[in-house]
Amino acid sequence: MITSDGTGRLLILIPAFNEEGAVGGVVGAVKAAVPGTPVLVVDDCSLDATVMVARKAGADVLALPHHLGLGGSVQAGYKLAFELGYEFVIRVDGDGQHDARDIPKVFEALRSSGCEMVIGSRYVNGNNGGTSVVRAAGIRFFRTVLRPILGKPVRDPTSGFVGVNRGALAVFIGSFPLEFPEIEALVVLQRRRFRFVEVPCRMLPRRSGHSTITPMKSIYYIVHVLLGVFVNVLKYERRVPKKSRRS
Amino acid sequence: MDRLLNVMTGLSALLILLVLASVRRARIRVEYSVTWLIGAAALLGLSRARGLLDAIAGWLGVPYPPLALLLIVGCVFVIIFYRFSVIISQLKDDNIALAQRVAILEYHIQSLKDQAAGC
Repeated sequence: MITSDGTGRLLILIPAFNEEGAVGGVVGAVKAAVPGTPVLVVDDCSLDATVMVARKAGADVLALPHHLGLGGSVQAGYKLAFELGYEFVIRVDGDGQHDARDIPKVFEALRSSGCEMVIGSRYVNGNNGGTSVVRAAGIRFFRTVLRPILGKPVRDPTSGFVGVNRGALAVFIGSFPLEFPEIEALVVLQRRRFRFVEVPCRMLPRRSGHSTITPMKSIYYIVHVLLGVFVNVLKYERRVPKKSRRS
Repeated sequence: MDRLLNVMTGLSALLILLVLASVRRARIRVEYSVTWLIGAAALLGLSRARGLLDAIAGWLGVPYPPLALLLIVGCVFVIIFYRFSVIISQLKDDNIALAQRVAILEYHIQSLKDQAAGC
């Protein structure tokens, strides 16, 4: 069981739903990349053997009683990490697309940059990330939308390879987008004048299974995220003035 | 015109009976039946009160009073749907928070059990 005994202060969070074919390899890769760091798999009520495979690979498992979706799973992990006193949490997707060897790079940026969030980006340093044309177009669209809102460019706003510090955790345990959380989470943090930085990371092919994104779901995704972004932008009452944040 | 108003009367009465039966069978909680009952009763009353309906139609500028009633029906249902959307959203938030708390508490319980077994 993971504890808050202060050994490293970092927790690796892996949200997983029906990932029995991939999660064991992901946990193994994480443990090899950051030995001794606790790994928590948040199982979103999988119908397969995800829990068993994750435990066998050496991870702790937070098993949700029913399906909450990606945002609900990640927030549950953030809540547990916050309760246990962790200073940093790095999220790695359970399908194996994020290269665990990049975790130390994200952790280092999290500790040294002073930013509340570090994004593992496919596109920093001119890397095109190897994504599909449709997805690349969607990412370009959201880059354009987010640029004036965030006040700085973000190259890979849909990346799920994200590290956060305790300040961001404190925000996310109370307010975290429940569907398609990556882009909205950026806006949630920006509303509190928190900062983020991107570091270059590699993307790998899925270890198993296939993406469930269809053209119709893509349209729903765009509309949903756009609405979520603008709703968060309108939440002026929750904005924290620069002065109070610095104090 | 009378036929349309009679149909509205019948549908409103049917809605009231349906909601009451659902409350009796505990399929709808009492607090959530109130909105439906008030809406249905208002429609029932309006469909029977020709003078009032004519006045409302005149005030709205609708030349055909039953059309005004249909407009009111539409508005009532929009308000009810909005109210229930708010309730469902609140319930979903509560449900998610509860599910997360249950999972975290189960995790802590398992942690304590493991510690006890290790002693």
